[in-house]
Amino acid sequence: MSDSDDEVSIVAYPNGPFLVRGKVSFTTPDGEEISADRRTVALCRCGKSVRKPFCDGTHKMIGFRTEPEPRPED
Amino acid sequence: MRIQPRIDGAKFGELIYLHRMRSTDSQPFTIAQHPMTMPSARGPASQAVVDSLLGTTPVDDLAAVVGNAVSASDDIVYDDDLQLALFCLYELHYGGIRDVDDALEWNPELIAARALIEAPFEAALRERIPTPTLDETSADAVSAFLFELTNEDAGPSLSRFVARKATGEQLREFLVQRSIYTLKEADPHSWAIPRLSGRAKAAMVEIQSDEYGGGRPHRMHSTIFAKTMSRAGLDTRYGAYVDVVPAITLASLNMMSMFGLHRRLRGSIAGHLAAFEMTSSIPNKFYGDGFRRNGYDSDATWYFDEHVEADAVHEQIAGRDLAGGLAEAYPHLLDDILFGAAACLAVDGWAGQHILDAWTEERSSLVAPLTPLTPPRVDA
Repeated sequence: MSDSDDEVSIVAYPNGPFLVRGKVSFTTPDGEEISADRRTVALCRCGKSVRKPFCDGTHKMIGFRTEPEPRPED
Repeated sequence: MRIQPRIDGAKFGELIYLHRMRSTDSQPFTIAQHPMTMPSARGPASQAVVDSLLGTTPVDDLAAVVGNAVSASDDIVYDDDLQLALFCLYELHYGGIRDVDDALEWNPELIAARALIEAPFEAALRERIPTPTLDETSADAVSAFLFELTNEDAGPSLSRFVARKATGEQLREFLVQRSIYTLKEADPHSWAIPRLSGRAKAAMVEIQSDEYGGGRPHRMHSTIFAKTMSRAGLDTRYGAYVDVVPAITLASLNMMSMFGLHRRLRGSIAGHLAAFEMTSSIPNKFYGDGFRRNGYDSDATWYFDEHVEADAVHEQIAGRDLAGGLAEAYPHLLDDILFGAAACLAVDGWAGQHILDAWTEERSSLVAPLTPLTPPRVDA
């Protein structure tokens, strides 16, 4: 929620994507623009999105975790 | 884009805004927005509401008629007459109804009649939908809990049916069912904006801004949906299909309107939006597949494709910053937040089940069948 600021922010949501806000462009390695079409975008973090680099919610179907599972003795 | 206000027809003061815009394939797309046509009554209460709104019967009879209908109702959630009456009374606060005096929006007798339906409707929902319990109010805990709750929701697999089996006619029916909410997508939740503050308010506005196209009218979700309807040969005017949708479809929107219009229920509208967003991106992927399977092009499936990405963003903001942020700032709202989320899952589940039951029995999910398909058109 920092769209009017110049700085870019990336928020890492637990067990979910990175939300990117601010003026930023997405490109292929060849420099071709990847259109984001919205001010705040979610970047795939689980590797299973079919709309990469953007998140499509698939992480929920595969039980993707960003937080380490608690160890039995914890 | 050009917005051209003009007076259309005989009724003084009624403006029709013509939105002309370019679609992605450079075909012009037009939607006209104006007060909806008055629906047909489905019983004594909705007849009394219609008559009162049109000024054909004295308004002071209304409470008695509505009260009697409430007393006689077997199940208010599935009651065609009462859900339609409530829908009409709420519509005064949205786009309005043709030939109804705008001043009636705040008519005390109409508000009183509304309350006579709302109270037992809310009570029925609370009785039937157990509020989940959580003993923490941190944004972290609330968000994690909501994601767990929505992931557990098996619900009817309407989206999978649409992806794999739905016929062209069933897809048109699906759009008609959805049109009651989606042609005003996001509006019921927007009522909450002035009732929120700080982190929750910023989160709500960030989501709603995206719903409304981020400043670009042609990207408004309601407009993109109208384009899909138009491709399916359907009427894109708001309310064109109210007469053919079942009570449970009206109940789904009425519940949102009730949560949104009552400040007391601001927690519930926030929880509703969180659950709605959390159960959207994956089903929309399936809906898009169903339309592609039936030969619809990318312009027609834009609405569903848009929601796969948009709601993957929105669900994070809605879960953590809106619902979680609200619970963290106002712990006493937690129960209503969780009730709103559970109510979204339950009622949309019932509405989806209604459609699925009809389709698996090879009958229409609508009150009356649609007219046969006219050739798909590009212009509305």
